[in-house]
Amino acid sequence: MPSRVKVINVSKNFGDVTALRNVSLEVKQGDVFFIIGSSGSGKSTLLRCINRLENVTSGDIYVEDVLVTGPKANIRKIREETGMVFQSFNLFPHLKVIDNITLAPRIVRNTDPAEAEEKARVLLKRVGLLDKEKAYPEQLSGGQQQRVAIARALAMNPKVMLFDEPTSALDPEMTKEVLDVMTDLANDGMTMIVVSHEMGFAKAAANKVVYMDDAEVIEMGTPEQIFNNPQMDRTKRFLHNVLRA
Amino acid sequence: MTDGVLIPGRDDKSLFSAWRLSFFGAISLLILLPVLSPEPYWDIIRFVPDGVFMTFKVTVLSIFFALIIGLLIGLGRMSRFAIINISCTIYVEVIRGIPLLVQLFYIYYALAKFVKIHDISAAVIAMSICYGAYISEIFRAGLQSIPKGQMEAALALGLTRKQAIYRIILPQTIRIVLPPIGNEFIALLKDSSLVSILAVSDLLRRGREFASTTFYYFETYTIIAIIYLIMTLFFSRIVAIMEERMKPDA
Repeated sequence: MPSRVKVINVSKNFGDVTALRNVSLEVKQGDVFFIIGSSGSGKSTLLRCINRLENVTSGDIYVEDVLVTGPKANIRKIREETGMVFQSFNLFPHLKVIDNITLAPRIVRNTDPAEAEEKARVLLKRVGLLDKEKAYPEQLSGGQQQRVAIARALAMNPKVMLFDEPTSALDPEMTKEVLDVMTDLANDGMTMIVVSHEMGFAKAAANKVVYMDDAEVIEMGTPEQIFNNPQMDRTKRFLHNVLRA
Repeated sequence: MTDGVLIPGRDDKSLFSAWRLSFFGAISLLILLPVLSPEPYWDIIRFVPDGVFMTFKVTVLSIFFALIIGLLIGLGRMSRFAIINISCTIYVEVIRGIPLLVQLFYIYYALAKFVKIHDISAAVIAMSICYGAYISEIFRAGLQSIPKGQMEAALALGLTRKQAIYRIILPQTIRIVLPPIGNEFIALLKDSSLVSILAVSDLLRRGREFASTTFYYFETYTIIAIIYLIMTLFFSRIVAIMEERMKPDA
């Protein structure tokens, strides 16, 4: 399988704080790649470096075999190819659901408005919110907002989807609706990198799991390897703590 | 518990009735006085409309340019480039530190040493520069109140910073800043009376011209005050309605 995202020896410092230390990993086409670990371990920072919301301090990141890091990178092109879903949804509150979804295709890709809306309705149907196209974000529940946010990211036909704790702000019922949409995407062959605390979902949906702690990759493998037969003490301790809870 | 009783709530109507009393009271006075005593009130009322028009002209022109200056300076203070950021901050600090009256004198009289500026232009320039500084602070506060995630979401979708500001950040900012900018408009309307000292024939100046030839000082300035009051009360009501409409759950 061709490589979608390659992270090579990446470090990131915020002043004195090290957020990432020599992180390397490779995400292949169709991978559902979960990054797990406790808060502050650098998971979100890694995701944000992939679409250049943060700049790396050292190391290289390739998306679709194109260098993302470095001054010459075509940042906008990279961002068009990677869809991002945020913990706090970040829908545009002044725009209706349908306009949230069609904005980027219209502005960035110059898609014909009618065509963009047609595509948006297909996506809304897919996330089960076709009846909400005229609603404003504030009129939706958290789970509905996050599903719209997923549709908004998909509207740009990304090659890779980045999920930054997509369900952390949701109650269990809403979490399920969002996870269902993500499972559907994964089954469809979408390449996904997911930062999440949903261990059950990681076990069920992931084909690769990486455990990060204190800015470093501790252990990487299939869900069976990581969850059922972890090699490192730190991984064992983390899983013991979260799975007991 | 007592506080809840003493402090009027949002749906308290006393503010509105106070507004109604003053507004319609002022209008009744403006009608009654000339009816009951045409000499001198009717003469005053026939004399000042030019001034009302001029006051409006100066106010509207000034707020227009002040908004442009305010938006540019407000955006400048959010800039990542230190030089733009610092120059905009200096502008705001300097202008806000000098009284408007001194700025008016400076542009009309002091700069006359180098360039002669027409009186109305000088008035509009001085007030735009001054209010631009205050309005830039409103824009800055409005821009800063938009969550960081909005810009990030727009960038993550592939928009440029410029497109994100124009499509995502500014439309949200304008909803927030409209009421406080309405208040600046009212303040500017009142401060525009200062331009009467530059020989601009605004409402106050017309009143002074009438009073100084007829010696009806009390009657003239009563009418002038009532006209200013009606104008400001009218616009403050519009701002209040705007505020109501802009509430997020409206």
